[in-house]
Amino acid sequence: MAANNNILNYIREEIFPTAFCPGCGCGTVLNCFVHMLDKVGIDKRDLILVTGIGCSSWIPSPYLEADTLHTTHGRPIAFATGVKVMKPDKYVVVIAGDGDLAGIGGNHLMHAARRNVGLKVFLVNNYIYGMTGGQVAPTTPTGVPTTTTPYGNPEPPMNIAEIVTAAGADYVARWTTYHVRKLMHSMEQAMKKKGFSLIEIMSQCPVSYGKRVKLKKGSDMLRYFRDNSVPIQKTGDLTEEELSGKIVIGKLVDRERTEFTATLNAIVEKREKEVGTS
Amino acid sequence: MQGDTACAYGALYGGCNFFAGYPITPASEIAESLSIELPNVGGYCLQMEDEIASIGAVIGAVWAGARGMTATSGPGFSLMQENIGYAFMTETPCVIIDVQRSGPSTGQATLPAQGDIMQARWGTHGDHQIIALSPATVQECLTLTADAFNLAERYRNPVIVLTDGEIGHLREKMTFPDPSDIELVNRRLGSSNQHAFGGEMIPPMFELGHGSFVHVTGSSHKETGMRDVFSQEVHDTLIRRIYTKIDVNRDKLVRVEEHFMDDAEVALVSLGVASRPTMGAVLEARNNGLKVGFLRLMIVWPFPKKKIAAIGKKVKKILVPEMNLGQLSREIERFVDCEVVSISKVGGVSHRVSEIYSVIEHYT
Ligand code: SF4
Repeated sequence: MAANNNILNYIREEIFPTAFCPGCGCGTVLNCFVHMLDKVGIDKRDLILVTGIGCSSWIPSPYLEADTLHTTHGRPIAFATGVKVMKPDKYVVVIAGDGDLAGIGGNHLMHAARRNVGLKVFLVNNYIYGMTGGQVAPTTPTGVPTTTTPYGNPEPPMNIAEIVTAAGADYVARWTTYHVRKLMHSMEQAMKKKGFSLIEIMSQCPVSYGKRVKLKKGSDMLRYFRDNSVPIQKTGDLTEEELSGKIVIGKLVDRERTEFTATLNAIVEKREKEVGTS
Repeated sequence: MQGDTACAYGALYGGCNFFAGYPITPASEIAESLSIELPNVGGYCLQMEDEIASIGAVIGAVWAGARGMTATSGPGFSLMQENIGYAFMTETPCVIIDVQRSGPSTGQATLPAQGDIMQARWGTHGDHQIIALSPATVQECLTLTADAFNLAERYRNPVIVLTDGEIGHLREKMTFPDPSDIELVNRRLGSSNQHAFGGEMIPPMFELGHGSFVHVTGSSHKETGMRDVFSQEVHDTLIRRIYTKIDVNRDKLVRVEEHFMDDAEVALVSLGVASRPTMGAVLEARNNGLKVGFLRLMIVWPFPKKKIAAIGKKVKKILVPEMNLGQLSREIERFVDCEVVSISKVGGVSHRVSEIYSVIEHYT
């Protein structure tokens, strides 16, 4: 990615360097996000960043210079719903992890997608609870040993993007930190959507996850992403067996349902008029 | 008018324009009333997926400019505690109505209790100070809820209104105050030379969406809002300030009602639903020439300790009708030397006047 001084406009430089471990995918997501902001020309005064607890919650907070609400573990989408209702014209962006948004906060994720609240959710899925030292996550593949599944994870992982699609989101995509340009383009599309938009970003956590699956360096995991991703357009040609263990990338859904705050405001406008005239 | 509905109207008088809640007996009528009324005045009423989301949405909305409230009962109040802690830590003005019901757990879902007095005080982890009001009539459900919004804004703190299943469902006469009689305390907003989280005892708010790049976090933070979780000094300064800002204003916050205290030898101290039969028993005792007085607390937290201490010096005994196993009487004991007797009743049935009277008779 070409160096671009404009992106510093979105960054609280005094806080750098970041606390991310060497080789962590969080830096890539941050990089993609600010380059996208710059490309689209989004005024940082129009951004409200909401986040939770976990490594990827540090992407917006405090490294990005914009209004930032760093909330409790698992709850950023609930907080962001309140923000969006009061500020429907702002870009309310949630950047947080799989443990946060899909684990402890899974209920809010599902319901915000169902309501089609106009939030932009960039969910960084690193397959693990990284910050707390590598405990099993709802996204950890079956069989992987973690600090709390020393004999291998007995559970199947959660397919976040599909759940959010089924719940009713307007825009859902999945990319990896290997596919930076596609990811940026997808972020741009998400920013332009009115309804609930989510990008599941498969990301590397070399320290707490990679080493458990023998992908010790960040670059090992990027190679893994490159070699194991299947564009959604090609999935039709593959058998279930061929698809097993693969990461399906691309846009899962792009539709236009009525956005929640728009419906809410239509009701308020109608009531105010009726009460005003009665 | 019903107590719950009066709370809803109190919120409107207090300038509420955002409510988020989750259905729970005996508090649901508050949400139902606000879902009718809020859109009429340009406000929003949301039913969220649970109580955690409800208080979360309220806090988010408040930072985005709203005067926000949620309402719940015991189990929901328990679920909200983590985010109430967040509201303390981030000094978010918001109102939480807890229509207490008999617990723990599902307990007696529809029946009243006063078992959340200590949960209101200490429900969330860490040191913090709270403001909790306690209405005893339907009228007070309105006035104290309106008051709660002003206190929340003035002190930049969450404020809890502790009612209960009986007051919440009680129907009695109430008059709507003239809106001009209820003064609204507006939010103090900061300017560029100020900080959102320090610099003065109660700093001004910096709302989201105004281009001030405010950084709000529940982690320990500096005056600027920037996270700093390793400095003993930063944490100490922050926590002591948000603790002290309520503590030093205790006298201003005290709301009590005194009856027959001048020559009283025995004092009754009570609040909320339990204060109603208490008043009946005190009146009867006075009619019969017994020297009893009555202090009714309309605020629970911060605890009116000076008032209590003064009464403790004056009377021989303090009797405390309470619908719990001593949550109020034990707090009173901390500030007095005289004997404190709990007239405790649990099980979802409020005290009868005769029950309280017989204890008064015994001690006078
Ligand atoms: S623990 Fe993992 S996710 Fe967290 S910063 Fe380190 S590499 Fe990144």
